[in-house]
Amino acid sequence: MGIFDIVGPVMVGPSSSHTAGAVKIGKVSRELLGEPLKKAEILLYGSFLATGKGHGTDKAIVAGLLGMNPDNIHIPESFKLAQKQGIKISFGEAHLKNAHPNSVEVHMESISGRELSVVAASLGGGSIKICTMDGLEANFSGDYPTLVVHNDDQPGHVAEVTSMLWQKSINIATMQLYRDYVGGNAVMILECDQEIPMESVKWLETLSGLQKVTYLSKVGGEEE
Amino acid sequence: MSFTSMKDMIQRAGEESCTLWEIIRKEDMLERQVKKEESMEQMYSLFEAMKEADKSYNGNQRSLSGLSGGDGSKIQQAIQKGIMISGDFISKVMEGAIKMGESNACMKRIVAAPTAGSCGVLSSVLLAYDAFYHPTKEEITHALYMAAGIGDVISNRASISGAKGGCQAEIGSASAMAAGAIAVLRDGTATQICHSGAFALKGLLGLVCDPIGGLVEVPCVKRNVIGAVNAITSTDLAIAGVESKVPFDEVIDAMAEIGEAMPCAYKETSQGGLAMTETGKHYETMK
Repeated sequence: MGIFDIVGPVMVGPSSSHTAGAVKIGKVSRELLGEPLKKAEILLYGSFLATGKGHGTDKAIVAGLLGMNPDNIHIPESFKLAQKQGIKISFGEAHLKNAHPNSVEVHMESISGRELSVVAASLGGGSIKICTMDGLEANFSGDYPTLVVHNDDQPGHVAEVTSMLWQKSINIATMQLYRDYVGGNAVMILECDQEIPMESVKWLETLSGLQKVTYLSKVGGEEE
Repeated sequence: MSFTSMKDMIQRAGEESCTLWEIIRKEDMLERQVKKEESMEQMYSLFEAMKEADKSYNGNQRSLSGLSGGDGSKIQQAIQKGIMISGDFISKVMEGAIKMGESNACMKRIVAAPTAGSCGVLSSVLLAYDAFYHPTKEEITHALYMAAGIGDVISNRASISGAKGGCQAEIGSASAMAAGAIAVLRDGTATQICHSGAFALKGLLGLVCDPIGGLVEVPCVKRNVIGAVNAITSTDLAIAGVESKVPFDEVIDAMAEIGEAMPCAYKETSQGGLAMTETGKHYETMK
């Protein structure tokens, strides 16, 4: 933990896990969607469901979905702001198994019709974990430039992705692989030390066998 | 790498012939690969954020639950009326601590130190010291480094989370951090800084986290007052030459042990203590 995590962060209260972490979950979810949001269904779980209202967790997640950072003083007005932007927001209860007590399931749809579902957890102190994307295991913090590739479970796709990173001199910090069954759907998640150029991300999308490419840039850490 | 003990911090400061806050700053520069100026600017910006948060207090605002708000104004009025017997400085600290805790509960912008729930401890102590003793920008920055360094040691040896260690880990840690910060502002020696922190944390050992309705409001807001005032008296003890029989590092270890052994009902689950009183349950059902 850095000293600015001890004194700091500057954040909108009342809780680093239930408010600041919730904003971050919304923000990372929006960045993963990668396109302007049209509607979102937010399903709360555990302590988020039980005490979320009093902690403003609902407002915080929506604020993040609008692109706000945890120190934005407009977080309490996020519902109104979402309405103004014509974004439809609905809430419900999530039915998750073996989930962290501070979890949320977010179903998003962009204006172009791109859909993404994310389950995320707020781990405390404002740090978060993206647990699943579109039902497949994920497991990343959102603190690094992160590449998520959904592909057919067949040989060669990891090599395609990693050789592209090598050519662009991008170092991989962590890497995870999951699949549902042999020859089924697979997902690889790579947290990187450098940003990946957008054209390289786009290039990956053209490869056969790669179903969906999602990129979380940290350059977009600034508010929109 | 960060600091695993105050002993380690003192030793490293000794090796580099510098003060404790300087070794903490050096560590930050090394860890984040930043220049001295950048590190110091960023540190001071937190004090400005505290000032801003204090200024933006609104006594008419209430929290979402309706449990918090308006008490800061009551203290402010009592000070103006001259009916506080705590003295000018302590009264100012009390006012600042309540205001910051209420602002946090009302979803306003604050500086977590170490947590959002304990944001009023360090801020109120520094803001009151600033108002009464007019330290320089640099001196305030040095004090903030010291607070951060103490919090770092506590988070490495024990915990700064109420869910893990109870309120002692939040308000207790905040109080120890503030005590160290004030000791730096008063030109305390490294030994006095450690005694200050040790007194502050010892005084709050065993404090449980039992918030009503699971919200960062009751008793959290007013515990910021306890943490802040305790920091000041702890520093006064150390500056007067009183020594903690148990060294600061060992006090932190005791806090960790108590936190481990503390029943779950008293670690932010709202299954015991104040949360389970008749009144606590009443608010629970109103949620």
